Amino acid sequence: MTEIFGIPVAVILGQLMLGLVNGSFYALLSLGLAVIFGLMGVVNFAHGAFYALGAFAALLGLQRFGVNYWAALVLAPLMVGILGIVLERLFLRRLYKLDPLYGLLMTFGLALVVEGFLHQLFGASGQSYPVPDALAGALNLGFMILPIYRAWVIVVSVVVCFGTWFVIERTRLGATLRAAKENAPLLQAFGVNVPLLVAATYGGGVALAALAGVLSAPVVLVSSQMGDSLVIVVFAVVVIGGMGSILGSIVSGLVLGIVEGFTKVIYPEASNIVVFVIMALVLILRPAGLFGRE
Amino acid sequence: MLDARTPLLAVKDLQAWYGESHILHGATFDVRESEVVTLLGRNGAGKTTTLKSIMGMVGRRTGSVRFEGNELIDRSSDQIARAGIALCPEERGIFASLNVEENLLLPPVIRPGGLSLERIFDLFPNLKERLGASQGTKLSGGEQQMLAIGRILRTGARLLLLDEPTEGLAPVIIQQIGKTIRALKEQGFTILLVEQNFRFAATVADRYYVMENGRIIDQFATVELDANLEKLHDYLGV
Repeated sequence: MTEIFGIPVAVILGQLMLGLVNGSFYALLSLGLAVIFGLMGVVNFAHGAFYALGAFAALLGLQRFGVNYWAALVLAPLMVGILGIVLERLFLRRLYKLDPLYGLLMTFGLALVVEGFLHQLFGASGQSYPVPDALAGALNLGFMILPIYRAWVIVVSVVVCFGTWFVIERTRLGATLRAAKENAPLLQAFGVNVPLLVAATYGGGVALAALAGVLSAPVVLVSSQMGDSLVIVVFAVVVIGGMGSILGSIVSGLVLGIVEGFTKVIYPEASNIVVFVIMALVLILRPAGLFGRE
Repeated sequence: MLDARTPLLAVKDLQAWYGESHILHGATFDVRESEVVTLLGRNGAGKTTTLKSIMGMVGRRTGSVRFEGNELIDRSSDQIARAGIALCPEERGIFASLNVEENLLLPPVIRPGGLSLERIFDLFPNLKERLGASQGTKLSGGEQQMLAIGRILRTGARLLLLDEPTEGLAPVIIQQIGKTIRALKEQGFTILLVEQNFRFAATVADRYYVMENGRIIDQFATVELDANLEKLHDYLGV
């Protein structure tokens, strides 16, 4: 059988694959947003900017300093994470006692500054980042052609996402984070430096965005605006999964990527809005999100 | 090392505010090493706020809180905990998103000298059986209270602040908690207890302070209890 409902199987699988790659980016980005929102109650509008920053850090590293892809995969998230910690200490920490809108406005402002900075340095036109040699090429699986780099993106995303989930749900460090989310003053009275924990969490969340940026560099055009359209979808993913739900953000990220891919095959006109339609439905039927606690 | 006459905890003219409301108006008292001291007083007298102020958990505080001779009034609550003071809060403060074992292991060990898990399970055998329970808040009230006390015994803290550990519990559980407090005292812990249940306090305490309107208005030792009973009933409105 080579066709389903008159659509060639190879096309369906190809779109599924693309959808899963997009879903991998959604999952990584929405996971970072969920971690940050869960602990800090901050809707991090700067997430797309940190994603772009990750990609640019990899690009700049390669062009100026000869830092290869593999090193960038570690160094870029590390540097962006440290930047996130510095920004949290300088700005965000002053806003926790105020209305959540202030945090939203602050991170939105940070996003504009970071993107403006990248635009100034690198210009408006996108630049491309080469696929590393070890991941170049494609495998012929018989029923479809599988580009190795895309498979790599999916594997890294799934491993990192579920690794993060494991750390938060199954380790001592994660128990401390969950306790901070539930009752920060009491946790601090047990001797835990909660402000430091919060700063590190913000750093970790934006490091995930930067990792997504490095991963995406070889498959997209690296530009200062690269995070803008993506992050809007990612916010919808977070709402669908349930604000602050770790598992919800991972699963809905991957699933919605696939749904988007399928929609491209079945009814391409709707592919750009399908996520938002699902978001509207979820908000009507289950306002706390699919994995959220009512 | 401390002079034998220097109290482990010396609180002087402690004032505390939550936002605009001024709750403590200059409380002064002390707790000596290996003592069990109870704060008595009516609802709203400032007993819980006193514990929270010692712990640095109120909006603003002034005065002096000296522990082992060190001034803690300008320290943050995590630094105060690391100095060697641990709080078992009102309503127990068990974390619903953590299982029993995670709750038990949550407070970091701040210095050597804390009880081992085996010793804690000797004191609270029920806890060991419930270790696998999925959620800390699924335990019974008595078990939650044991968890709340048990988790601060591992950390090496010398001074335990216990906020109404008997509240809402059955008499048999209250007896067990009384036994535990006496055992902890024998093991060298110093305890500052807040209690509404005066009869319970009388079974464990060495000394009492009576609070009213955010101040200490009286104090006496257990041996003076009978002589002060009438006055005490008057203070507490019982």
